[in-house]
Amino acid sequence: MIEADVAVVGGGPAGIAAATVAAESGARVVLLDEGATLGGQIWRRDVLAAPKGSAAAWLDRLAASGAEVLSGWSVFDAEPRRLVGFRGIVRFHQVVIATGARERFLPFPGWTLPGVTGLGGLQAMVKSGCDVSDRRIVVGGSGPLAIAVAASLAERGAHVALVAEQASWVQIRPFLFAILREPRKFMQGLDYALALHPGVVRFGTWVVGAEGRDRVEAVRVTDGRRTWRERCDLLAVGYGLVPQTELAALLGCRVEEAVWVDREQRTTASGVFAAGEPTGIGGVECALIEGQIAGLAAVGREVDHLETERFRGLRFKDVLKTAFELRNELRHVPRPETIVCRCEDVRLVDLEPFVDRRTAKLVTRCGMGPCQGRVCGDSLEFLKKWGPNEVRPPLMPTSVGDLAR
Amino acid sequence: MADMLTVRVNGVVMCVPPGFTVLAALDRAGTRTCRTSVTGEPRGALCGMGICQECRVTIDGRSHERSCMTLCQDGMEIVTGD
Ligand SMILES: Cc1cc2nc3c(=O)[nH]c(=O)nc-3n(C[C@H](O)[C@H](O)[C@H](O)COP(=O)(O)OP(=O)(O)OC[C@H]3O[C@@H](n4cnc5c(N)ncnc54)[C@H](O)[C@@H]3O)c2cc1C
Ligand code: FES
Repeated sequence: MIEADVAVVGGGPAGIAAATVAAESGARVVLLDEGATLGGQIWRRDVLAAPKGSAAAWLDRLAASGAEVLSGWSVFDAEPRRLVGFRGIVRFHQVVIATGARERFLPFPGWTLPGVTGLGGLQAMVKSGCDVSDRRIVVGGSGPLAIAVAASLAERGAHVALVAEQASWVQIRPFLFAILREPRKFMQGLDYALALHPGVVRFGTWVVGAEGRDRVEAVRVTDGRRTWRERCDLLAVGYGLVPQTELAALLGCRVEEAVWVDREQRTTASGVFAAGEPTGIGGVECALIEGQIAGLAAVGREVDHLETERFRGLRFKDVLKTAFELRNELRHVPRPETIVCRCEDVRLVDLEPFVDRRTAKLVTRCGMGPCQGRVCGDSLEFLKKWGPNEVRPPLMPTSVGDLAR
Repeated sequence: MADMLTVRVNGVVMCVPPGFTVLAALDRAGTRTCRTSVTGEPRGALCGMGICQECRVTIDGRSHERSCMTLCQDGMEIVTGD
């Protein structure tokens, strides 16, 4: 068993910042992360490039802070003052939940073909060694991640044939204005735009189907008036990010889409803080500020000096939410025979008789598979406006041996 | 490179640099399919971050291991299609 003053779950920017500042103040801190290496999504270890810029600076600062880092450590259950993982138990006084976000996937005909991946998903695969050079790739979905990923694929030698952003040009204008006010984000956006061929990015355009025999060979896209086909070796599609709130929910925190927090990143559960994407999608700068606030507050330090930046982050979160709102047409993209639950191969038509998730699950096994409804649950929230998944431990598939510990 | 790792993908020997995931080794071997679904469809990695479970393969005899979350180790035996 491990004992800590402050336990931090999640080793992305938010968790790294929280663990660092808490340990620097002298507290006994343990940082637990599921990944084989630290970094979370944006700072995921890249087999081809060493960390640079703020990632390198924060990783160095964490290493010097005295925080104990445990990688490959998944937390699958939690109770007040206790975290349970595959590799043991951690007792804590305060905990910071920094479990990040996952992608929202929406089903379309052919989306189960190998070679159809998530957007951030493909980015993660590339960082961990998958080769995209000379591959013809179509990127689809929604949100700033689409352009960022497309640019990074192009930099690695991929031929990005099309970036289909479902939001219209008009809809994302508030986002563009917000970017203009933030020099760092603006310069980054410019870099991305320059990495792509002009005309590759199309707004108000979405994927309606993938084709291929045992792997994706082509994609059909539409702009509402015209539907056309693009040949591709890989198709990367993701419809924005979903806060991972399950662990916070197990600890009794109030969750409404995102984990509710106050100005010190305190949740409604005593001794439980949350930072970064679980509290709403805002990107890396937001995650760093919130992580620092949570880490400082968890050891009883002052956070006033970070208040202005936190507020800016909150404003950016609001803009992101509306600028990339998903269009209604996406609800009509899957056909009756399209698989919705990939674990149990449940088709959209199988769900037709049901009005809620519970009965559908009992009868069709939709959401009962090893992903525990993470993939189909998020898509059905949008497609059928069904309520969120029930959260129950264990949060991930475990063997009997793990549970016996 | 001196410190390359040797793994076998469905019996075929592959060399990968350290830090590569099992999924990246499959990619090198040209294998896009990781597992077979309950109705017999081929499936490949989707989320890349340990959520979807579509990338599961058999590693050193252990079935249902997520290839996107597992780093290659020298001598690993990887089998797909389960
Ligand atoms: C697949 C994907 C790829 C992305 N790629 C980029 C990118 O290239 N560029 C970009 O700007 N943004 C990217 N993003 C957006 C990203 O969410 C933010 O930019 C940023 O990483 C958020 O930081 P965070 O610390 O809040 O969360 P994250 O960086 O997501 O970190 C969360 C960490 O928590 C860990 N974790 C979660 N649950 C548990 C658990 N139960 N037990 C133990 N550990 C757990 C995860 O393994 C992860 O390391 C990506 C998002 C996703 C989903
Ligand atoms: S690709 Fe989703 S769990 Fe590995």
